[in-house]
Amino acid sequence: MSISRKTITLKKMNSEKSYTAPDKHGYYGQFGGAFIPEMLYRNVEELRSKYLELIADINFQRELNLLLHDFAGRPTPLYFAERLSNQYNANIYLKREDLCHTGAHKINNTIGQLLLAQRMGKKRIIAETGAGQHGVATATVCALKGLDCIVYMGEKDMQRQAPNVARMKMLGAKVIPAISGSKTLKDATNEAIRDWINHPDDTHYIIGSVVGPHPYPDMVARFQSVISKEIKEQLKEKTGTAFPDYVIACVGGGSNAAGAFYHFLDEENVKLIAVEAAGEGLKTGKSAATTVLGKPGILHGSKSLLMQTADGQVVEPHSISAGLDYPGIGPLHAHLFTNGRANFLNATDREALNAAFELAKLEGIIPALESAHALAGLKKLFTEINEHAKKRETVVVCLSGRGDKDLETYMQHIS
Amino acid sequence: MNRLEILFSTKKHHILNVYGTAGFPKLNSTLEMMRSLQECGADMMELGMPYSDPLADGPVIQHSNAIALSNGMTMQKLFAVLKDFRKEIHIPVILMGYLNPVLQFGFEKFCAAAASVGIDGLIIPDLPEFEFENEYGTIIKKYGLSFSFLVTPETPDVRVKKLDSLSSGFLYAVSASATTGGNTHVSDIASYFNRLQLLNLKNPVLVGFGIKDKNSFNTACRYAQGAIIGSAYIAALGKNENVNAATKSFLSSITG
Ligand SMILES: Cc1ncc(COP(=O)(O)O)c(C=O)c1O
Repeated sequence: MSISRKTITLKKMNSEKSYTAPDKHGYYGQFGGAFIPEMLYRNVEELRSKYLELIADINFQRELNLLLHDFAGRPTPLYFAERLSNQYNANIYLKREDLCHTGAHKINNTIGQLLLAQRMGKKRIIAETGAGQHGVATATVCALKGLDCIVYMGEKDMQRQAPNVARMKMLGAKVIPAISGSKTLKDATNEAIRDWINHPDDTHYIIGSVVGPHPYPDMVARFQSVISKEIKEQLKEKTGTAFPDYVIACVGGGSNAAGAFYHFLDEENVKLIAVEAAGEGLKTGKSAATTVLGKPGILHGSKSLLMQTADGQVVEPHSISAGLDYPGIGPLHAHLFTNGRANFLNATDREALNAAFELAKLEGIIPALESAHALAGLKKLFTEINEHAKKRETVVVCLSGRGDKDLETYMQHIS
Repeated sequence: MNRLEILFSTKKHHILNVYGTAGFPKLNSTLEMMRSLQECGADMMELGMPYSDPLADGPVIQHSNAIALSNGMTMQKLFAVLKDFRKEIHIPVILMGYLNPVLQFGFEKFCAAAASVGIDGLIIPDLPEFEFENEYGTIIKKYGLSFSFLVTPETPDVRVKKLDSLSSGFLYAVSASATTGGNTHVSDIASYFNRLQLLNLKNPVLVGFGIKDKNSFNTACRYAQGAIIGSAYIAALGKNENVNAATKSFLSSITG
């Protein structure tokens, strides 16, 4: 079994059909690229020309791995969720990114990008944030290394994720509200990009997901790929095979999904399931399910799928989860969707809440609202199919973050 | 010779290029604005196609984009407004905007429509040179439209040369790495423009970003064939209900 899988991988690599890396212009199939105004060219080009070499450097790798281990708390456990497994008649493993320092997978990326920024001589760090997890993870590494940190956050998100605003402030970051548009993640990203345009010399922009102009999607995916690297090793140890039948992750921009999928992308036997936020419902006009509602378009410097009007204006999305409240997805995911390599499901606000309460009761884990969308995917996949299944299938759910930040929302819905 | 070539060969300095957002301040004020600009001494104009996420713009132009969209401006409506504008507007008119609305309209259909109503050229700041060379440049040329790339003080010489060689009409020299409407001190940019002058560029150069009054306009014109005013004009339009009166008093403060 494992031998034949290896041959498949090798063949794919040789014919350059690997899904993991974009081409040299940053394209995954028809998606990606770097659609940036000239004002950003120097900084993006500096990053593009250096990131692969800097990441490959052994001193960089040593420092990265040390921080991931000692500071972020990696490897995170792969936990066999027994009661959840019985509920769905599948062997369900949770990849516990919620146990990372700062409470989500976001820190995998911010540690990596901060080390890059330092090596490029940058003194000032900017970031956008939705749920506040990326903002906290950025503020944390800036405190760790003594760099200035400015985080843009939609005004609406500052209200619904207030605990994270307080954490960022305590960590010494300046949090600037984005007051344009829908006052959520998209607008925070616009403001961060404008800040970068206005500070060309000393600033690095730590994008929090696999979005943005090339090389960001690839760079962030590489920093998050540690998730699937660990899953393979841990699953092999626990079950004897490194390859699950399913990997499930939620998709906002898509960084935890990219990380959880990464080392399985060229393993066609592993089914990749991405779960988007359906908001109040696909047809309500209050949704964030980009693959259902979007068309190819350009936002934040790359071509991908984008929720937009017929006139090409970006539509304001909606999700109960601030981290999924984004009208696009990263170009890698648009490519996986278009090619059918990943299956895209979506979960409504209600379904995500139910999944969160279910996990809390069955396993004693309160998930982030974002991750609750991935958990809601279980019900969609396993209620019907598995009644007839002879053998329990192995499922890994990426539990991207913990729910402390969402308690206020959960309290409103506790029944 | 096209309108831009005629302008740049007949007027060698102090070319005044004014930016206005289509559909701002009112849905139906676009033609009136164009007429007023021509009448009050603008040598050419840039008509902004509003977009929900104008990344390279500061608050003033962001706001005008948002108002124009809430007024109901669309690409279809813009071309309807422009259908017969050449009967009365004779100065060069450039369309400026972001790539996404253009792509959704259909890139080639857009170029064809622009050329057929009498538009002279395009500025699309988020259309980079790789995409231009790879796909879009030939379509733009096919319809006889000019295309101006932006350069900034951060753009290295070889890249300025490259962007100049791909541009036609004029090269857009951004006065500082900034979003529009910032507080650039145009006087600080002497070395940047001296550098541009030494490069033997094929296109005339217009300076934009941070040009807001007579003083900054004149300073910019010391280094280039002319300058572009955007945010300051939009701010003036925002303060006066009467587009014609606002345009007249603003332009006379620049050229008077
Ligand atoms: C816990 C958690 N999961 C998921 C996301 C969504 O981001 P991405 O799709 O990049 O993983 C966020 C974003 O804030 C988050 O905080």
